[in-house]
Amino acid sequence: MSSYEARFKVWRGDVGGGGLKDFGVEVNDGEVVLDIIHRLQATQAPDLAVRWNCKAGKCGSCSAEINGRPRLLCMTRMSVFTREETITVTPLRAFPVIRDLVTDVGFNYTKAREVPAFVPPDKLAAGEYRMTQEDVDRSQEFRKCIECFLCQDTCHVVRDHEENKTAFAGPRFLMRVAELDMHPLDAADESGLDRKKTAQDEHGLGYCNITKCCTEVCPEGIKITDNALIPLKERAVDRKYDPLVWLGSKIGRRSSGG
Amino acid sequence: MATGTEPHLNSGGVRNGTRAAITAPHLRTDRWWLAPAATAAGLLAFVVYSTWRAFSNSHYYAAPYVSPFYSPCLAENCVPMRNGPNWEIFGSWWGLSPALLVLIFPLGFRLTCYYYRKAYYRGFWASPPACAVAEPHKKYSGETRFPLIFQNIHRYFFYAAVPVAGILTYDTVLAFRNEDYEWGHMGLGTLVFLVNIVLIWAYTASCHSCRHIVGGKLKHFSKHPVRYRAWQLVGRLNARHMQLAWASLVSVALADFYVYLVASGVFDDPTFF
Amino acid sequence: MSVVDRQEWDVVVVGAGGAGLRAAIAARERGARTAVICKSLFGKAHTVMAEGGIAAAMGNVNSGDNWQVHFRDTLRGGKFLNQWRMAELHAQEAPDRVWELETWGALFDRTADGRISQRNFGGHEYPRLAHVGDRTGLELIRTLQQKIVSLQQEDFKETGDYESRLKVYQECTVTRILKDGSRVAGAFCYQRESGRFFVLDAPSVVVATGGIGKSFKVTSNSWEYTGDGHALALLAGAPLLNMEFVQFHPTGMVWPPSVKGILVTESVRGDGGVLRNSEGKRFMFEYIPDVFKEKYAQSEEEGDRWYEDPDHNRRPPELLPRDEVARAINSEVKAGRGSPHGGVFLDVSTRMPAEVIRRRLPSMYHQFKELADVDITAEAMEVGPTCHYVMGGIAVESDTAAARGVPGLFAAGEVAGGMHGSNRLGGNSLSDLLVFGRRAGLHAAEHAAGLTGPTGGRPLVDEAQVDAAAAEALRPFSAEGPAPGEEDGRPPENPYTLHQELQQAMNDLVGIIRREAEMEAALEKLADLRVRARRAGVEGHRQFNPGWHLALDLRNMLLVSECVARAALERTESRGGHTREDHPAMDRAWRRVNLLCQLTDPTGGLAATDPVHGQIDLVRETTEPIRPDLLALFEKEELVKYLAEEELYE
Repeated sequence: MSSYEARFKVWRGDVGGGGLKDFGVEVNDGEVVLDIIHRLQATQAPDLAVRWNCKAGKCGSCSAEINGRPRLLCMTRMSVFTREETITVTPLRAFPVIRDLVTDVGFNYTKAREVPAFVPPDKLAAGEYRMTQEDVDRSQEFRKCIECFLCQDTCHVVRDHEENKTAFAGPRFLMRVAELDMHPLDAADESGLDRKKTAQDEHGLGYCNITKCCTEVCPEGIKITDNALIPLKERAVDRKYDPLVWLGSKIGRRSSGG
Repeated sequence: MATGTEPHLNSGGVRNGTRAAITAPHLRTDRWWLAPAATAAGLLAFVVYSTWRAFSNSHYYAAPYVSPFYSPCLAENCVPMRNGPNWEIFGSWWGLSPALLVLIFPLGFRLTCYYYRKAYYRGFWASPPACAVAEPHKKYSGETRFPLIFQNIHRYFFYAAVPVAGILTYDTVLAFRNEDYEWGHMGLGTLVFLVNIVLIWAYTASCHSCRHIVGGKLKHFSKHPVRYRAWQLVGRLNARHMQLAWASLVSVALADFYVYLVASGVFDDPTFF
Repeated sequence: MSVVDRQEWDVVVVGAGGAGLRAAIAARERGARTAVICKSLFGKAHTVMAEGGIAAAMGNVNSGDNWQVHFRDTLRGGKFLNQWRMAELHAQEAPDRVWELETWGALFDRTADGRISQRNFGGHEYPRLAHVGDRTGLELIRTLQQKIVSLQQEDFKETGDYESRLKVYQECTVTRILKDGSRVAGAFCYQRESGRFFVLDAPSVVVATGGIGKSFKVTSNSWEYTGDGHALALLAGAPLLNMEFVQFHPTGMVWPPSVKGILVTESVRGDGGVLRNSEGKRFMFEYIPDVFKEKYAQSEEEGDRWYEDPDHNRRPPELLPRDEVARAINSEVKAGRGSPHGGVFLDVSTRMPAEVIRRRLPSMYHQFKELADVDITAEAMEVGPTCHYVMGGIAVESDTAAARGVPGLFAAGEVAGGMHGSNRLGGNSLSDLLVFGRRAGLHAAEHAAGLTGPTGGRPLVDEAQVDAAAAEALRPFSAEGPAPGEEDGRPPENPYTLHQELQQAMNDLVGIIRREAEMEAALEKLADLRVRARRAGVEGHRQFNPGWHLALDLRNMLLVSECVARAALERTESRGGHTREDHPAMDRAWRRVNLLCQLTDPTGGLAATDPVHGQIDLVRETTEPIRPDLLALFEKEELVKYLAEEELYE
């Protein structure tokens, strides 16, 4: 087992200001960045704030930016860096900072509430649900999401434009809309809720310009853009830009309005 | 030990007043600019080349090969091609290059393509230049309004791209003739055309709209086993959409360039049999 | 002294894992205004780590399965020490709890005819675990989370406020349950983000805080598992039951050191993975105990046939209950037949094609690839036992999940004791969460509703309790001063150091194999740590200060560690998750004995406790006899192995 001293820059501060602080810290074989942050806590900075939980890439708590890239601290192995490299760790830069590496991710919980929940089918009681594997595969892929919010952090729509936060749900929650729309037994249609249309009208699907950063940073390897966002865009087109449907709705509106 | 406390710039985006006070627009240490730069350079090269060729209105037919840029040839001013794609729908009033009449379709298909959109938004518009690298624009409305809302018509360009690919397939069949229009021959050009048409079809079929139309729009795959299999097949191609987009872009330019070389007499098409 | 914010609720649920969320849903649906309070972000609870599945006798894959078989398996797994009524309710209600999840949007893996697929697991006679790949816990937590959100959406439509009837206080910690006389009256909490104190006034508190694994060095548990709920209940006057039973999961990662302890799911074995020692031998065939001899394959050939034809072959011994497998691995390593990093080899690479492994065990593939740079489709994993689960916990009434002795206090999930006896079967945890989470929430809501009538008013919290709790929580900031009778100038103790020493002591002295002298040494060490912990000091301020949080959690870890050590010392037999080297056999006389831990100082003041004598008293009680119709589910020959003579003929 070999160990060496690595150079770290860790952002420390709060909403009032802060900066990158330099640390020299021991690194051993097989460690990940979160281990190093913990070593800093235990030896040099006991009040260094960091959010973490499972330490196995399953809970999505320890999201941060390492050398400018959104990543999970617990899934970034030290061996991907050279020994000479200075490793910079900052909080997520799309959300308000609370302290040190901890940010206020409330935006995501607000957006989660804005997506109408699964609508159970009227006629089926619990225990009577029958779904084939091929029908649940697509939604299951999206349900692998650990809600680390790295996609929400990297998406330039809100990262670079605070003002878009009200109108745009972000990749994670557009994917949630797609998940429900592809759920084989979701009865939203029957209840009068058109998820395809609301994706664009209420959750800001049109803001997405499919530049795929969400897919690039996803630690679960979910193909967010190809399998959720683009299919959702196509479904919205079915509803909104299909000339026949459009014509029908125009005529319908005119006759009812006039 | 500290590098100093940085003041808030509060100039929007990652420098918004509530976010961690970091002045740098990004902290990436890798060569993140390489991909958008290469993309921009590649697309630019194609735009320059295709503009020159589309407007040149010459050297696009060398029997039996017709340049994919000029097929089908829809005006009266086209070079006559025996059994070739001469359909004079536009008659004699069209005086410009006939390529312009047909290129609009593949151009529209590729402009609204989900991959190319990513490529040029990143490469040309820097929106964003790379992941977690701040973009230079003050405002952003994405594809929510004019003109970018028209990206939603991609599927109609897909519908148009299918017959165009069909005609290019027809051209490839015609390429199994020699310069005297006798069947059963093959030259290097035929091979170039073959490779090109396979890539064109693969790119067209791997389109996200195509994936949606063949099966993606369904809620219950189990009730449509044939469309499910088609969707899976398109899905496998779709995973390579980027590679196919570039490969077919290069191959179509090469096919055109090959015809140009032969038609302008720079090069004689080597025949295999 | 301090003015703290106070809010009134009907039910407060401490913990937002599977049990906590299920309790909150039940309480809210029963009409109670419900608050959930959790240390992490909403949706990050340790339940996400559960991989294998939810055990429920739905009989989708093998129609021979029913609740009686499930009950039988559960009792066998727990070596008949289970609170049998809990095991009965659990086996009966688990299928309904799973089906209900589907109506909330859960998507389990399917059988060919569209039902919920079920997989084999250690100790379960039939394929019984509803699952989603190997991320079932994530599916469970997300489904419950989304159900909570959907209830909040309903409330929003009615009242214009998402949080009018159901609110989640995330990243908050409870440090004390507050009381009015003997009754529960609320909870004292702080917000981790700001360090601000607040009080939730409520006549019902459901404790659903999970386990105690962070008291051990090698553990699969997350930082949250500091035994908070166990300690809160103790301090509130409720006893803990059978705390000596701690499950060491046989297969945790052993390398690299930073991930040591992280779980390798049992599904690896359920789907065909085998254990080998450094000589390449499938050693588990040597370790089949007598009570299980008829149930398990005696040769590799038979074991291998079982995966394809389970009706005519017996299962391989890799699928013995967890305690047996963990002990076997421990013995192999001790005998010098371990792997290079001190574990044994768990191999799927030679058993299944690479593509099948990637499809059936995606997150294991991912975990080893990312964390250990091991490709499990090409080479064997190195695994060893890791502290995983505590069977002991708050002593509760089986039907209501009410904690004994403290009206208004309820407990569900890992923090509650009894359900699993001396050893838990894989998959029974997630079903436990759902079954008893719902029961706890329901009865907590009913308890609260009962108080609004003319018979009795709501309990009240007096200011003195609030002030005492606040003072206790602030002590780490003023720990610099020397303790009375000590020399001046000693620096305060570093909470991180204390925690590491505690983990090392528990791991070495009260670990998987226990000896009398070592446990006595552990108790001395705990006494020493307890004295030092009172001087644990922290730097900085109250805003998101992890050092401070740890200093506060130390109190809880020291309390539960003492419970584990004292109870383990007392029980002079080996059973399930409690193995004594000096008493290696199971003793039928001990089957009828429950060990209850109670606070020595019933006023709950820890300051007054003598450092030498410790904080915990043990009480023995005799278990309630198993109902005859349930006993009749077993063959007499089997019962003889577990039950004392007089029990058999009663």
